[in-house]
Amino acid sequence: MASNAPKVDRNLLAVIGDEDTVTGLLLAGIGQVDERQGKNFLIVDTKTQASTIEEAFKRYTERKDIAILLINQHIAEKIRPTVEKYEQAFPALLEIPSKDHPYDPAKDSVLKRVQKLFGE
Amino acid sequence: MSGTGPRESIFPTRMALTNTKTRLKGAQTGHSLLAKKRDALTTRFRAILRKVDEAKRKMGRVMQLASFSMAEVTYATGDISYLVQEQARAASFKVKARQENVSGVVLPAFDVDRSPGTEFSLTGLGRGGQQVTRTREVYAKAVETLVELASLQTAFMILDEVIRATNRRVNAIEHVVIPRLENTIKYIMSELDEMDREEFFRLKKVQGKKKRDTDAAEAQRKLDEAEAGPVEEEVLPPADEPIANSDLLSSKDEDVIF
Repeated sequence: MASNAPKVDRNLLAVIGDEDTVTGLLLAGIGQVDERQGKNFLIVDTKTQASTIEEAFKRYTERKDIAILLINQHIAEKIRPTVEKYEQAFPALLEIPSKDHPYDPAKDSVLKRVQKLFGE
Repeated sequence: MSGTGPRESIFPTRMALTNTKTRLKGAQTGHSLLAKKRDALTTRFRAILRKVDEAKRKMGRVMQLASFSMAEVTYATGDISYLVQEQARAASFKVKARQENVSGVVLPAFDVDRSPGTEFSLTGLGRGGQQVTRTREVYAKAVETLVELASLQTAFMILDEVIRATNRRVNAIEHVVIPRLENTIKYIMSELDEMDREEFFRLKKVQGKKKRDTDAAEAQRKLDEAEAGPVEEEVLPPADEPIANSDLLSSKDEDVIF
């Protein structure tokens, strides 16, 4: 359980999302650009390869200073196997809706587990 | 009785019995404590589950609102996304991890840690500044909801794992450890009883043998007595030997050899 204890230096949010979502979140002030580790946000458009998303996903989940990773649900859908496999507690993975893709609770990896536990 | 179910390979002695009984008591205490822990965690888990479900739905609404206000900005100001992306330097919206303790399980919770940033203050200076400011606030609120949801979700994941581990332990103790210890105790008891019976039987045997020996000895003595009886009666008179002293020479005494 000791490995589950959050590190004190985990205080950033990271985001993988479409342009509007990322812009909005950056406006809220979550953006952090680091000389060494680069940006903590990735903008995904229709031209972005799944491998690029996956690579970013891995990089953010391995970073030690990120507490929460936000990802648009329709993007998570593109790399669903990787997302399903992700089971670490830190950083917490959160699927968020985007402008053009309304939120579908049935697709959320965590909500699926919730529903299963509720026996629905 | 001792052959039912698995038991520990242990030498059946009274000390082993005492030890095993202590261990059984320990296992029972541990079982009840773990069961209590499991119940406490499950209660917490249920509450969190409900909250997660609620928060997820709330997030859907909040993000929709945020997207809408973003659209307003785009309408009023034009595309600011490039500007915003390039201006991002250091995060002013951070989270702080806090720890909560639920029956020995550390649950993390994130708190919003906002430092008043000056970035983007010039965004939309030309036009649409109001919309930009409002959007910033709306998004900040949305992120707060997200952070809250992330805490719940993390707690959910950790609790899930811990509950599983606790359940495993409770079941292992209930169905493996305790029966095994009980079997061991039964085995030791039966062995000790068996030894007791053996010992009792052995003592009986010894007693019987002794009794037989004494009886035989007694019979022999009686026989001897019977044989020596007449002789003794002849020997008895020497009580008045001094009187018959004059007769000493007349009577032939076999003890006198000269």
